[in-house]
Amino acid sequence: MSRYIPNTQEDMEQMLSEIGLSSVDQLFTDIPEGMKLSRALDLPGSLSEMELSGLMRGLAKKNAHCGEYACFLGAGAYDHFVPAMVKQVLSKPEFYTSYTPYQPEISQGMLQAIFEYQTMICQLTGMDVSNASMYDGATAVTEAALIAVRSTGKSRLLVSQGLHPEYREVLKTYGKYNDLVIEEIPLRDGITAVSELDVMSGVKGSDGANAANTTLGDENAGKATTGKSDIAAVIVQSPNFLGAVEDLKWFGEFAASKGALSIACVDPISIALLEPPGACGIDIAAGEGQGLGNALNYGGPYLGFLAAKKAFVRKMPGRIVGQTTDNEDKRGFVLTLQAREQHIRREKAVSNICSNQALNALAAAVYMSVMGKEGIKEAANLCLQKAHYAAEKLFATGKFAKLSEAAFIKEFAVRALHEPIQAINERLLRHGIIGGLDLEKYYPKMKDCWLLAVTEKRTKQEIDDMVRIAAGGES
Amino acid sequence: MKTYQGIKYTREHEWARVEDGLVYVGISDFAQNALGDIVFVELPNPGKSLKAGEQASVVESVKAASDIYSPVSGTIVKVNEALEDTPELLNAEPYENWIVALEPENLSEMDALMDEQQYGDFCAKEA
Amino acid sequence: MADKINERQVNSIDNGRAELEDRRQIEQNNREQAMLIFEMSRDGRRAYSLPACDVPVKEGLIPDAFARRRDADLPQVSEVDVARHYTRLAGRNHGVDSSFYPLGSCTMKYNPKINEEIASLDGFTGVHPYQNEESAQGSLQVLYEMDRMLSEITGMKRVTLQPAAGAHGELTGLMIIGAYHRSRGDAARTKIVVPDSAHGTNPASAAFAGFEVVEVKSNPSGGVDIEDLKLAVGQDTAGLMLTNPNTLGLFDENIEEIARIVHDAGGLLYYDGANANAIMGICRPGDMGFDVVHLNLHKTFSTPHGGGGPGSGPVGVKKELVPFLPVPVVECENGRYWLDYDRPQSIGRVRSFYGNFGVVLKAYAYIRTMGPDGLKNVSELAVLNANYMMKRLEDSFDIPYKRICMHEFILSNKKQEHNGVRTLDIAKRLLDFGYHPPTVYFPLIVHEAMMIEPTETESKETLDSFVDALISIAREAENEPDRVRKAPYTTVVSRLDEVKAARNPVLKWGD
Repeated sequence: MSRYIPNTQEDMEQMLSEIGLSSVDQLFTDIPEGMKLSRALDLPGSLSEMELSGLMRGLAKKNAHCGEYACFLGAGAYDHFVPAMVKQVLSKPEFYTSYTPYQPEISQGMLQAIFEYQTMICQLTGMDVSNASMYDGATAVTEAALIAVRSTGKSRLLVSQGLHPEYREVLKTYGKYNDLVIEEIPLRDGITAVSELDVMSGVKGSDGANAANTTLGDENAGKATTGKSDIAAVIVQSPNFLGAVEDLKWFGEFAASKGALSIACVDPISIALLEPPGACGIDIAAGEGQGLGNALNYGGPYLGFLAAKKAFVRKMPGRIVGQTTDNEDKRGFVLTLQAREQHIRREKAVSNICSNQALNALAAAVYMSVMGKEGIKEAANLCLQKAHYAAEKLFATGKFAKLSEAAFIKEFAVRALHEPIQAINERLLRHGIIGGLDLEKYYPKMKDCWLLAVTEKRTKQEIDDMVRIAAGGES
Repeated sequence: MKTYQGIKYTREHEWARVEDGLVYVGISDFAQNALGDIVFVELPNPGKSLKAGEQASVVESVKAASDIYSPVSGTIVKVNEALEDTPELLNAEPYENWIVALEPENLSEMDALMDEQQYGDFCAKEA
Repeated sequence: MADKINERQVNSIDNGRAELEDRRQIEQNNREQAMLIFEMSRDGRRAYSLPACDVPVKEGLIPDAFARRRDADLPQVSEVDVARHYTRLAGRNHGVDSSFYPLGSCTMKYNPKINEEIASLDGFTGVHPYQNEESAQGSLQVLYEMDRMLSEITGMKRVTLQPAAGAHGELTGLMIIGAYHRSRGDAARTKIVVPDSAHGTNPASAAFAGFEVVEVKSNPSGGVDIEDLKLAVGQDTAGLMLTNPNTLGLFDENIEEIARIVHDAGGLLYYDGANANAIMGICRPGDMGFDVVHLNLHKTFSTPHGGGGPGSGPVGVKKELVPFLPVPVVECENGRYWLDYDRPQSIGRVRSFYGNFGVVLKAYAYIRTMGPDGLKNVSELAVLNANYMMKRLEDSFDIPYKRICMHEFILSNKKQEHNGVRTLDIAKRLLDFGYHPPTVYFPLIVHEAMMIEPTETESKETLDSFVDALISIAREAENEPDRVRKAPYTTVVSRLDEVKAARNPVLKWGD
């Protein structure tokens, strides 16, 4: 019997006899005979721990990874520094083998850690309330959009093309099933073309979307403004997908002037240097928290964060930890505002989310505890300096052209004048470097364009090597 | 379980009474007891128009969030703003604390509601 | 009475748990309020370490208009502060590694350590999702083989690993059902039928996917009421969501008829795989007539719950629905793995990137460890353990469904309520015995329900210990009901004021 199944033949016989049965098969008589499997599952045979370890190490060896390659790839997932403390804390079985803290008396550890995480996200974003996590940046932005739809009773969304392409795809997928009208605002010179916005906001949605047009079951349409427009929200990312910093204050004011909500998708490291959404009049902040202490992990598990102004606290999806007292007046923490959630409200729930990304939020909390007020600024500053250094060096080779004058923090896009991106990336890989993203895949008009991320982990040597090899210095 | 003379009741445990041409709506003692400690009342905006049976408000406790349906068709004229800071008023005095007041389209809709006797019987069956 | 079981005796039976006196001491130590990390913060303290900037430093790279004016007030503490803080918090938390977690519907089985080690290999954690496929063949192989293995286990054609959790998988599966009907020009199918015993995520997901929810009643033996189902389905039915065994822990033997009724009406059948731990290697949802399935890797496949997540909710589909799977799909040709984006009928993306890869990896390792015979043993022992516990408890507690259960069973408080003892009180009293309570107040169709799922990773001694504790609480409920009603006594906090938390929410430090 597997080492994960303690009961022996003898135990089984004792238990069967207590029940009054003689064989395990008799426990499954409710299942129609014709429905039972008459063969073993066609799966590979069981492996011992050593064999499994050998197999998996072999698989891992087939990957190039950031431990051995210098990574200049970003686009929503970043090779940021993860302090040793994070792994230590996440390895504590009291945390990682624990369940959702529905029984608060024995879950005060996790509840407090998440309360601290919520606080830190609010500190970073300048918002009043944060939830305990969403699946990833894409679903966090999507849920933010749905909050706006529910609050305003409108169903039209204006979304910048600077929002991560995959986030826009997810928004479209969810939107299809919720009758949302999604219009994209184009980019110009690397940032959202705000002149287009004025034009777009004056035009009604293609089906003349009206205030009550939502199938989410929330009849709070009464809370809508006096109908300045039919827009539920304006969604912008800063720094945007191409790395450029957008003017969040402008979007906050613009949305408000149209009776719409503003949603900003922000980067949690870059935000240490930029005016946060809370200081820019933005209603809801969302984004990807992977950069806060979580590994790249081939795309997941990541960490969606969602934070908003106080007015939206009862409209936030997902779990939220609140502070309270016990009957001896001691401070304690509980999951609160659960009446909005699936296990109580069922089909009228604000969202269907149940499991979230709690352990990834814990990693983020540990990261933010270790880095602290000064450390996160310093990390962001290193990204800033190194990214600008890399850009300068690339332009100096004469082989790469600037695409935008916009300010950037840790990521920027360039055009290669001498070679297709694929060829550059292949050459870089041969030299132990993971090159940036070929942008044509996501923005068909951006031929030979390359998106590079430079984090605090990239050394001057790595950057110099990357520039030299990218420019064709080696074969 | 308290009931109140002279007011009408719905199958969803709302009560309704007419005063100065307006229909005042609240939740019954049965409802507040079933919900437990009320933590939040979601109030609609005045000016909203509703058909009989449409959701007027949501009353939230720790363990449930209950939709409050308008017993009659009409337009919401005012809401009880005291409930924003002190939702527990609905537990303490469910009949003294109305939630919304509507200008009714058709007062005869009140005839379809239960009186005290009928509601008492209805609750006895539900329990 | 001679056979009164006191707490000390019960504690000493269970493997590896401290004697009551020791535990009280530890609790005492932890009972001092754990400080919030912000309360420990002092200007100038630091725990971080970064190298000096090795490139020339430039000023004015950020325009004034965008530059942050007020720093984020993150805590400033030393490294030893961080280490002690989280150690203290861990001491105030309880996991499967601490003790038994008989949570019905959650499958809190043991989390194998080798899987943790494998998932932390640099060669897996350090791979960027946008690396070219040639440089990520190892990870792509894991995803592809997982698709194959889960397809075999469930009897489906293909499985997507994209959804991040069970509820996410439900949403994905329902979107696929919607897309399927629409592709056949059948736009009138707007309703999803859900049993009244269903988990809350079922109707929530259906509503989220734009459907109207129709509830169908359960019959007295806990299965779907066939007559009510016949009334509920029709031309507007997109599908029925079901779990089998159901949320009462019972296998619905009418499943063939249920499938026929729904399929005849033109609807599809969705399987909520939360209870898959009862049937692995014994029967498969695909063979029961289900068209779409989701699994919970953090339940059935041993990945850790992480205090609430991350999970993973793969979705499997029958052949006709494969074109609608989320994009990209991992394909394999001549031993080379690649991402297929060319899928015009796909529902699109339900999240960024490919899924919770780190979680999928652990489940992969688990399946490779167990093998086909091991998985069958898992289900056999899960069901045996549950039935054994139910038998031992049948005299002390009311058991609403008196028949062979599957991997979980339900008790109610009918025998205790005359003394005012509620299921909640029994749950809280169990905390004093060092156990996480079972699931309470679910499913909704059983009054004051307590749902117990032991899983296969527990020994007979642990089961006996837990049963003994429950029996002693039942006795207390008879003789000293107040003791049960005011529990717990030995936890770091006693019952918390949830009304206060909801009425005046304090959701961050400084609120």
